Amino acid sequence: MSAGYVLRRLAQAVVTMVGIVVVTFVLVQMAPGDAVDTLGAEAGPEYARQLRADLRLDRPLPEQLAAYGARAVRGDLGLSFSQPGRRVTSVIGDYLPNTLLMGTAVVFSSALGVALAVRAAKRPRGPFDSVTSLGALLGFAVPGFWLGQMAILLLALRLGLFPIGLMADPRAGYTGFDHVVDVGVHLALPVLVLAAGEVAMVFRITRIGVLQERQKDYIRTALAKGVAADRVLGDHALRNALLPLVTVLGARVGFLFSGAVLVERLFAWPGVGTLLVSSAELRDRPVVLGIVLVASFALVATTFVTDMVYALIDPRIRYD
Amino acid sequence: MTETPRAADIGGAALASEGASFLRRFLRRPDGVAGLAMILAVALVGLLAGRLADADPRAMAYPTFLRPSGRYLMGTDAVGRDVFSRVVHGIATSLTVVVSVMFISTAIGLTLGALAGYRGGVLDSLIMRVVDMMQSVPGFLLAIVVVSLLGAGYDKLILLLGLTSWTFLARLVRAEVLSVKRREFVESARSMGAPGRRILVHHVLPNVAPAVVVVLPLMASRLVLIEAGLAFLGLGDPENVSLGFLISEAQPHLQYYWWLSVFPGVVLVALVLGLNLVGEALNDALNPGQGAGRLARGRRRGPEAGSAQPGGASQPGDVTLLGTPGS
Repeated sequence: MSAGYVLRRLAQAVVTMVGIVVVTFVLVQMAPGDAVDTLGAEAGPEYARQLRADLRLDRPLPEQLAAYGARAVRGDLGLSFSQPGRRVTSVIGDYLPNTLLMGTAVVFSSALGVALAVRAAKRPRGPFDSVTSLGALLGFAVPGFWLGQMAILLLALRLGLFPIGLMADPRAGYTGFDHVVDVGVHLALPVLVLAAGEVAMVFRITRIGVLQERQKDYIRTALAKGVAADRVLGDHALRNALLPLVTVLGARVGFLFSGAVLVERLFAWPGVGTLLVSSAELRDRPVVLGIVLVASFALVATTFVTDMVYALIDPRIRYD
Repeated sequence: MTETPRAADIGGAALASEGASFLRRFLRRPDGVAGLAMILAVALVGLLAGRLADADPRAMAYPTFLRPSGRYLMGTDAVGRDVFSRVVHGIATSLTVVVSVMFISTAIGLTLGALAGYRGGVLDSLIMRVVDMMQSVPGFLLAIVVVSLLGAGYDKLILLLGLTSWTFLARLVRAEVLSVKRREFVESARSMGAPGRRILVHHVLPNVAPAVVVVLPLMASRLVLIEAGLAFLGLGDPENVSLGFLISEAQPHLQYYWWLSVFPGVVLVALVLGLNLVGEALNDALNPGQGAGRLARGRRRGPEAGSAQPGGASQPGDVTLLGTPGS
């Protein structure tokens, strides 16, 4: 991996990010009805004009964009409209950790998906492979929000195994370790639901990968040398089969944010998705814009890092 | 100039016979046929919505919370509406949105992908930068933002989804055009002086078509889920019943009135599963003898080429396509 490659990819990432800022800013600002219409409409036109001037909403769009961009680079995303006096970054900061907790689904699903795939690839089209492959197909087809409802219906309401929503029991008022346990209990069902589609994806990529690696010469050599079949599959082949999994990590961060919106809504989980939907309803544009930018930044950054990691761990890659 | 039409005819005949054996291979796959049957069944119900369900989906004309029975096939809801009629009209809504979006995004994806691949140069890098950028914004979040700021309405939703969901196709078409462009028959057509547009339309695009056909069902299944997800968040068209909206309506009544959520959900799953099965069977029919290479891999990419694909192109392949906003 050459320094030139790193720099070029970095430049590409920066250009992408700038483009995203410009387009989403213009898109969000062009929409009819601003915060003043929502907040100060009943107070009369004079007050509305004053408010617009205070918020600098009366300036031309390019000027607003330039000011926004200059502040965004320094990590300042402006002030929230719906929570007066609060910075967008600190509003998002309140909710982001809760969504990141949902990110445990990514870790959990990776482990489970890989384990199932290795087991299934041992005997392609055998009983285990057939059942898990069918499950993966279903996992892809079932929308998380409906799967979540079915989980609430059966596991929470009928069997009483899990709480039906929220992040902690509001009546119990646990503190310290008890609170952590309480959050964990509330987290279980949303993470399971979010992980279902992810497990399906990881399973399919890994299974194909292992099956394709199996046909290669180095595997035959290892088998001919008498290395145990389990080790060849679970170690030699798996290591190479996992490479494609690295490349989709960026896309999975995108799914996490998108999927979280629906699952958070379903379980009344106070995360970024919930914040996005409520801010959009309140026309709190700075917060809406901030969330889209934070999510996009996470996606661009993850893609950049995985590209670097990929180039490091796979020496076969050549760059022009 | 007289040779070119003949060359095109020969190409056409070859393609036709290739198409026939492709169809045979597809029909030999039970999962593909099952998927096709599922899609056709759901689509037929959607097309005949008005005739199948004589109840007005919005009429609050019946007793509330009736269990499914012979008279009310899927029961009635909290305000006494016929759930069967609502589900059937929900399917019609889903189909309308998805089919319209597919037209827009396929047209854009084909045009821009073919231009980028065939012309190359500045135009190519410009188009690909836009694709990169669009693929770096979580599309579902952007859809939520735009719909909630512009207001709900299926005309806007169709336009929005159409304008944002062509990127994968454009990437695919570009890659295919790049590989076909270098083949001998294109070279020979060019050496005979056929004009660029003619080569593109008569020689290159027909050979790109199979790859496009394979991804269309997968694109459609993703769009079904996006439409349902937006409707679940209450961002659908208030004038139309949608499967996602039916599921969100069922939420407060889950404990006692399971049928409100189960029926629209099962229909949604059947539609998406059917589309995925067809997509996969098409992929296999197109790549016969690539047993292990089933699923989740771009076609005509050997294992080497696949893993040597620098992630730099941020090409998550079919995986992104199969990714669902709700899972």
